[in-house]
Amino acid sequence: MTISEWFNKKKSPAYSAERLDIPGNLWVKCFKCKETLFNKDLEANLKVCPKCGYHFKLSSKERIATLLDGSSFSPYDPEMRSKDFLGFFDTKQYAKRLLEHEEKSGLAEAVVTGEGTLGGKHVCLAVMDFGFMGGSMGSVVGEKITRAAERALKLRLPLIIVSTSGGARMQEGIMSLMQMAKTSSALAMLGQNNIPFISILADPTTGGVSASFAMLGDINIGEPAALVGFAGPRVIEQTVRQKLPPGFQRSEYLLEHGMVDMVVERKDLRPVLIKCLDWLGY
Amino acid sequence: MQNRFLLDFERPIASLYKKIDELKKLGKSGALDLESETAALEKRIESLRREIFSSLTPIQVVSVSRHQQRPTTLDYIGQIFEDFVELHGDRYFGDDRALVGGFAKLDGRPVMVLGQQKGNSTKENIFRNFGMAHPEGYRKALRLMKLAEKFNNPIICLIDTPGAYPGIGAEERGQAEAIARNLREMALLKVPMVCVITGEGGSGGALGIGMGNRVLMFEYSIYSVISPEGCAAILFKDASRAAEAAQNFKLTAKDLFELKVIDGIIKEPLGGAHNDLKTAADNLKEALILQLDELKSLSLEAVVKDRYKKFRNFGEFIE
Repeated sequence: MTISEWFNKKKSPAYSAERLDIPGNLWVKCFKCKETLFNKDLEANLKVCPKCGYHFKLSSKERIATLLDGSSFSPYDPEMRSKDFLGFFDTKQYAKRLLEHEEKSGLAEAVVTGEGTLGGKHVCLAVMDFGFMGGSMGSVVGEKITRAAERALKLRLPLIIVSTSGGARMQEGIMSLMQMAKTSSALAMLGQNNIPFISILADPTTGGVSASFAMLGDINIGEPAALVGFAGPRVIEQTVRQKLPPGFQRSEYLLEHGMVDMVVERKDLRPVLIKCLDWLGY
Repeated sequence: MQNRFLLDFERPIASLYKKIDELKKLGKSGALDLESETAALEKRIESLRREIFSSLTPIQVVSVSRHQQRPTTLDYIGQIFEDFVELHGDRYFGDDRALVGGFAKLDGRPVMVLGQQKGNSTKENIFRNFGMAHPEGYRKALRLMKLAEKFNNPIICLIDTPGAYPGIGAEERGQAEAIARNLREMALLKVPMVCVITGEGGSGGALGIGMGNRVLMFEYSIYSVISPEGCAAILFKDASRAAEAAQNFKLTAKDLFELKVIDGIIKEPLGGAHNDLKTAADNLKEALILQLDELKSLSLEAVVKDRYKKFRNFGEFIE
């Protein structure tokens, strides 16, 4: 390798999902403590590292399974899909990207909505999925969340949203920004009619999602160490040109600054939600 | 006097200005009458400007919208409104100088006017944080909106910001929460609200005061989910491809009107608002009066419904 090649060489990440996924998916290495874990044990522990307590990301399917009773979930609008209405091309066509993500994730879009029971209590639920284009919010995510809120209002059921998203979906341009207004308006109507909304903030929740429905819970619950904020840490670092404080924008940091009601470990989430719903009269 | 802060693509005009300056110098030293020649040159500048501005690319519109001399919110307030009383502070933490507002009268009618404030010089811009508000700015805005609602007066928002400020303090004090709350509360305001993007409509920072019953844009303003540079850096992994991103994004007034995201376009004087503040301000005033007149007849409930309907219907998807 020449000197210039050496300079241009991209630094390889200290760890990456590909490298840590040992073939066969039998074993997984914890991102935080690097402990090698037996995948089945990890799954049995709700995907929380038994050694250091690191919360792995959950897919929407896994999340619903950990939250709701048995097979009580029935989905809303499962066939709603995004449209490449701007003909947006970055490194590839948005339409193509959508198809690839659908194939890869087995999901139609970045949020799954529906209703089910939680400790026997009927709830409307929306769960975002980071595996579909980083959980970004375009027209479909906005519409499905809005409809879930509208159904919660109509059925007078509490609404629970589990967020995990990088923010607005740039490939839908201004329309993705408008979803912030749309979802927040729907929550305004819910609030006016005294229907509770519980927001669960999973890693990460930033940008247009945190600056709309995700921060508007009557109760905001953070998952341990979840990154939650408006701007991403890299953007902030580049703007202010100083080192960010330790734990910056993590759930615990938000708790300290009064932005979430509590930080709840995954194993405790269901009982805490049941207690809250009970207090709220459901 | 025409504005001499020229943008890159206005360079052909610069040489004509230089000629005018030379002629003026000559005119001063000698007894020559160069008025007719100067006038001819000025005419050529005008036609050249017209030509250039008749076919601006999106990235060129972006640079007009960010022009250093572009009129600011306080410039417009000074031109259009009477009896402006600036109100300060969010009552929680502080007063954000990047977002100004207060009581004013428009054509004799009491209104609440507010908006992000940029500066026309580096010093001013630092004082105003380049029009990038902190949470206290958004909370002040909400306080003023609620005040307007309490006394049943319409709200006018003038939007001009690169975005909400991404900083440590802003995050600690809940930038996301402040914007989110504004969105929710704006949905419920029982008074008419008209928003105008006068320069840059930067993402959530713009939308945070942007949920009007009517949303208008100046001809050379922009409104987008992320800056073209930001988009290029993230999606193309190359910030220098901003022009391409701008093209892709549909962020000009014309594009957004076609997408039905905005309700109207306010004409700008030739060469952009900074060339003729008075004309730009007059056009803005006329548009605001027209919109408020239209909304006047709506009942309190109808105002809320009208706004809800407008924002409820945004989205393109397949079912």
